Amino acid sequence: MTTRPLPPITPDSRPFWDGCAHGELRVQRCRACAGLQLPPRARCRACGADTFDWATLPPRGVVYSFTIVHRAPTPAFRDDVPYVLALVEVAPGARLMLNVVDCEASAMGIGAPVDIGFEPREADGATAFLPVARLSPATDPPDARPAAR
Amino acid sequence: MSAHAAITGAHVTAVGARPGTTALGLHYEAASGAVADAGLTLDDVDGVLCAYSLAEPHPMLASAFCEHAGLRPAFSAGIHAGGASAATMVVQAAALVRSGQCRHVLVVTGDNRATGMSRDRAIAALAEFGHPEFERPFGLAIYAAYALVARRYMHEYGVRSEDLAALAVVHRRHAGRHPKAHMREPITVDDVLASRVIASPLHLLDCCLVSDGAAAVLVSAAEAAVDCAKHPISVLGAGQGHTHEHIVAAPSLTEFGCRDSAARAFARAGVGPGDVDVAAIYDSFTITLLVELESMGFFAKGEAGPAAAAGALDLGGRLPCNTHGGLLSFGHSGAAGGMFHVVEAVAQLRGEAEARQVPGAEVAFVHGDGGILSAHCSMVLARR
Repeated sequence: MTTRPLPPITPDSRPFWDGCAHGELRVQRCRACAGLQLPPRARCRACGADTFDWATLPPRGVVYSFTIVHRAPTPAFRDDVPYVLALVEVAPGARLMLNVVDCEASAMGIGAPVDIGFEPREADGATAFLPVARLSPATDPPDARPAAR
Repeated sequence: MSAHAAITGAHVTAVGARPGTTALGLHYEAASGAVADAGLTLDDVDGVLCAYSLAEPHPMLASAFCEHAGLRPAFSAGIHAGGASAATMVVQAAALVRSGQCRHVLVVTGDNRATGMSRDRAIAALAEFGHPEFERPFGLAIYAAYALVARRYMHEYGVRSEDLAALAVVHRRHAGRHPKAHMREPITVDDVLASRVIASPLHLLDCCLVSDGAAAVLVSAAEAAVDCAKHPISVLGAGQGHTHEHIVAAPSLTEFGCRDSAARAFARAGVGPGDVDVAAIYDSFTITLLVELESMGFFAKGEAGPAAAAGALDLGGRLPCNTHGGLLSFGHSGAAGGMFHVVEAVAQLRGEAEARQVPGAEVAFVHGDGGILSAHCSMVLARR
C-alpha cells in the first residue's frame, strides 16, 4: 500500500505550508487591493497586480461544495474510501480543497461551517502538515444559511 | 463568405475493447480512413495535428505519428487542451488552410486506454489533472471534481439526480442506433440511480466510458476541397473560453468558459442557438453536458434535465444531441472522445448518419471541454 502523497512544496507556496506547520492558515494577499487567494499565483485574480504578502486568517471556513468519494483515485487512498472531499471557502473567493473528517455523511451540507486543523502526514521519510476540516460544533444545520457565493 | 475551411474527410474506428492495438496504430487506422473518405491519399496531406495519448505518452506525439505513418508534412504540431483538444485542433487546422500554410491538414486522435493500460493506471493518470499541492494530496480525481460541480449546481438551481440520469438515458438510446458504439444496451433512469456511487452525487452511469478507439478528420482549404469526394462541411465560426485549470481555483462552480466560447462561435458564424439542427457537445459526465446546455443558450438554468426526460435531446426533439451516444455511451478514448463528436456532426451534415439521421440537418454545433470545465472550444459547422 503506497502512502498518500505529500504536497510538492514550491518557493511560491512555501509560506502556506510553513503556516500549516505552525498551526496557522496563511493566504496570499494582494498588496494593491488586499484581495485574498489560494492557491498562490503570479497575479491577483481581482485586480491583476503582481505583488503579494501573506495574511493569517482564522482557521475556519464554509463548505462551498462537497462530494463523498467512493472510488479511490490511486491505491494510496483505497483504505480511506469513502471519504469526504470539500471545497471550503476561507475568504470570499479563496478556497481550499480539504478532507472533512470525523463526520457523518448525512451531516454534510453546502454552507456548513468548518474548523480547520493541521495534521502531520509522513511519506518516504518526509513529513508535512496538511490542513484538515471538521464540521464546527453547535451551529445552524446545513443549508439553513444562505449559500456562500 | 466563400473562404471557409472545410472538413473533407472524417473517420471513426471501431471503439471499445480492442486488445492488440496500439495508440499509434489506432491513429494510423483513423487517419487512413479519413483521407480515404476524402478520396485522397496520405501523400496529399501537408499538415498534421495530434493531441496526446495516456497509454503511450509521447512528448512529441505528432512527430511520432508522422514517423509511424511515413509522413513528412510541411506543418506538424501537438495541442494539449484535454477534451477541448479535438475541436481546438480542427479550428487551428482551419486557420492553417485559410492562411495558405497548408492545403490538407490531417487532425488525428486516438488512445488505447481501455486495454493498453490497467483501469487503475488510467484512473491514476486522470488524477494527474489535479493540482499537485492543493488537490491531489486530498484525494481529488476528475470524477470527484465534476461531483463538486454537480453538488453546487444542484444546490443553486434545484437540479436533481433524476435530471442528470435523464441525460445518460438518452445517450444510451442514441448509441443503440450506432453500429460502432461501445455500449448499446438501453438503460433507464432507475438503472442510473441504482448504479454504484463513484463520487456523490455522481453514479457510475453518470460517468463516461473508457474505450480504445480513434478518430480523424481532414481539413482542407476551400479551393482544395473541390477535389474531394464528399460534400465539404464548412467551419462557419469558432470560439474559445477559459477560466481556470484546477477546480480549486475556478472562479465559479456554476458559470464556466463554455458560455463565452459558444457566444463567440455563434457570433462569428452569424447564427444562433435556435439555428442549430444537431449538436455534439462534450459529455464526460452527465453534469458536464447539463452545465454546457444551460450555459450556451440552448436551455435555461434547471431546464435541461426535465427537457431531456421529455425527449428534447432525442431524434425529433428540440435539439438532437450526441446522436452517436457521446462519451457516455459511444465511447471515450482520450482526445479522440472529442473527435467522435466532430465526426458525428460531419456525418449528420452529410446525411450519412443512417438510423440516427436528423432529417435535413444543415447547421451543427460542436463543443469540447478540457479539464474540469476549464478549457472550452465551440464550433459551428454547416453544409453550405
